[in-house]
Amino acid sequence: MALAFLIFSAGIIISALAVVLLKNIFRASLMLVLCFFLVAGLFASLSADFLAAIQVLIYVGAISVLIILAIMLTREITLGSLTNKQAMPALLGSGFVAAALVFSMLATDWNISTAEPAEPTTPILANLLFTPDNFMLPLEMAAVLMLTAIIGAIILVRDK
Amino acid sequence: MEVGLDHYLILSAVLFGIGLWGALSKKSAVVILMCIELMLNAAAIAMVAFSRFVVPGLLTGQVFAIFIIVVAAAEATVALAIIMSIYRSRDTIDATKIDLMKW
Repeated sequence: MALAFLIFSAGIIISALAVVLLKNIFRASLMLVLCFFLVAGLFASLSADFLAAIQVLIYVGAISVLIILAIMLTREITLGSLTNKQAMPALLGSGFVAAALVFSMLATDWNISTAEPAEPTTPILANLLFTPDNFMLPLEMAAVLMLTAIIGAIILVRDK
Repeated sequence: MEVGLDHYLILSAVLFGIGLWGALSKKSAVVILMCIELMLNAAAIAMVAFSRFVVPGLLTGQVFAIFIIVVAAAEATVALAIIMSIYRSRDTIDATKIDLMKW
């Protein structure tokens, strides 16, 4: 458990840094795919089996293919991953945000439960998502959002 | 070493910081989108960690992570469509040169 967490977290941080620091955009996108895979492993170590599968299917399967296609359809690779003039102030600002998050997390006394995690999570998730008392309305709104996004994307890229 | 909630939250905060740094400092719109995906992943890690350590039987955090993934997919679709249409009309996707909405 501890070893798995160490391996996954070190891999996630190294690949995320590679996404930001690599000059070649195509290699950066491949490191992003690796980062998504390691996050799926981290979900599995948190006993979220269904979510790990969803992460692999949607992030690794769909979103990264979309990003790689966009890189190939534009003239990105020849330019490289350039930074703008605010790289140093951005580093300071985001470092401050991350430090503030860590300090507030460590200062809060979380109400940690010692109960065992649910073993197959799918029945509980199905009950949460598909009963009207819980998250059925947000699920339907998510479906409407997906439809809107697809129609909007088609309208944006079609020829006039 | 016993891995607890704090470890996962620190990992999530560090990942969020890396994504924020990239999103603020990069020129290419596609790389900015990639860094936004990193930030969304950091939020999902925090949600699942809360779900595992605070309410292990309830799984509400995992439902939130599912909604984060849905919103990330929709956002990636629309953002890449916008990037493609800007690339078609202006021949660049350098975020410092896109000034259509500049007053």
